Amino acid sequence: MSQKTPRQSWMATLARASRAEIESLLGDPPEHDLLKAPETGTVMVEGRAGGAGRRFNLGEATVTRCVVRLSNGRMGFSYALGRDGRKARLAALLDARLQDEAEGSGLHQGVATLAAQQASARDLASRKAAATKVDFFTLVRGA
Amino acid sequence: MYVAVKGGEAAILATHDLVAEARRGDPAVPEISVAQIREQQALACARVMNEGSLYDQDLAALALKQSQGDVIEAAFLMRAYRTTLPRFGSSEPLDTAAMAIRRRVSATYKDLPGGQVLGPTYDYTHRLFDFALMEPQQAPSPLGWGEGMPRDAQNAGSPSVPSSDPASPGHLLPQGEKERAPLDATMPRVPDILGAEGLMEAEEPPEGDPRPFDLTRDPVSFPADRDVRLQSMARGDEGFLLGLGYSVQRGFGGTHPFVGEVRVGEVAVEFVPEELGFAVDLGDVTLTECQMVNQFQGSKDVPPQFTRGYGLVFGHSERKAMSMSLVDRALKARDFGEATNYPAQQDEFVLYHADNVEAAGFVEHLKLPHYVDFQGELELIRRIRREREERLAQEQNAMPEAAE
Repeated sequence: MSQKTPRQSWMATLARASRAEIESLLGDPPEHDLLKAPETGTVMVEGRAGGAGRRFNLGEATVTRCVVRLSNGRMGFSYALGRDGRKARLAALLDARLQDEAEGSGLHQGVATLAAQQASARDLASRKAAATKVDFFTLVRGA
Repeated sequence: MYVAVKGGEAAILATHDLVAEARRGDPAVPEISVAQIREQQALACARVMNEGSLYDQDLAALALKQSQGDVIEAAFLMRAYRTTLPRFGSSEPLDTAAMAIRRRVSATYKDLPGGQVLGPTYDYTHRLFDFALMEPQQAPSPLGWGEGMPRDAQNAGSPSVPSSDPASPGHLLPQGEKERAPLDATMPRVPDILGAEGLMEAEEPPEGDPRPFDLTRDPVSFPADRDVRLQSMARGDEGFLLGLGYSVQRGFGGTHPFVGEVRVGEVAVEFVPEELGFAVDLGDVTLTECQMVNQFQGSKDVPPQFTRGYGLVFGHSERKAMSMSLVDRALKARDFGEATNYPAQQDEFVLYHADNVEAAGFVEHLKLPHYVDFQGELELIRRIRREREERLAQEQNAMPEAAE
């Protein structure tokens, strides 16, 4: 996916967040109906031969999904790797509320903070890897 | 006459208790937690996820705990659990070019774009015991280096690069340099570099980019296409593929391979739920990808090109990815019109024997009662021996006459 919509971005952030992070971001869960109770299943993960060629099935991954509806009718979805049903339900509630709230609201800022933390964790991992990058040097022979 | 027998329930219940006790070991030693296995035995978990064909680090750790570290038994648990889950669908094909790289090495190009990134590897360790690990280790600093801690102390828990002169240009972390710039956001895959010159066999989706065959849903037939072969190897036994890959190197189907690239890191999995109609990023999986560059093939239409072998697996599993890529290339023999004289070149042999859960099931079922089968064998061998004795006795009787 080259360019994510704002909703795709926050769903990606929530998928990578821990349950505790989602709990503290949401606060008290708003009233809602469960349209699809948290359910764990799998998604077959596909690769491509050589990275860019023919598709093939690499293997499955566990995924948990949930769909909620707030009392105002707004629906929220969550799809994420793993088997945490509670996280899925709270993330779906956040998805619903984020759609309702104006950009720049406290909730949106909270998600932005989570996204920034995730980006900085990735950045740190990349810097650690960069420390293992080889600097080749040439031995001068016969000098 | 066949007499049905029953029994053993009490013995089986007792063995469940006994195996639980054996698994626990000495109760004076603290019990290991699933989180400890997930975090500290991650390479074993990766193998269980691959051979169990299910990406879930917690479940892999639980499987290892429950099976006392028996990897094949653990893979069996993963496979069994998988069958209880609904499948929501298939992901978008992974984009390994966008991998957040932690390790990436090439044996074909020294100075490739993005560089040689060793990452966490045992490759350059001396394989000497680190007896310091017999005792709990001091937690590494958040950065894993720097912050005024002596390097040896930080690395006590991991194989350390031998301390060398910090001034030497090859030293990984010169003194005073606390951190480096992050790696390039994307790094070209090595075969693509060769491909740009036309020197590498093209790797493009077939017409219409068809859905891949799924051997968990449909029976495999032969000759098997590449998608079937790759799926089968991705879930196949590491040891079996390692042995076959080694056989290729030793001349049983020689292809003269080079590691174009091995890369390890995290890749986002995207899935398009029907009810949403757009791609949802489900989170990251750790993957290892190997691009093996092999000697040439050409035809009257195509000038000679390098040929590819491809390996892609869950987790940090380089040996498996490399073995898979060697066998992938060997299995292309028929596609290239090469002779298929060796086991690694024969898809039916490779695919039917790579699955260790199936193989273990068939080998180990021999432990189950075969009392009736065996009764038949016993009767047969007794009859053969009786007939032989009768025949010998007859010949004995005929002998004296012949001698006269």
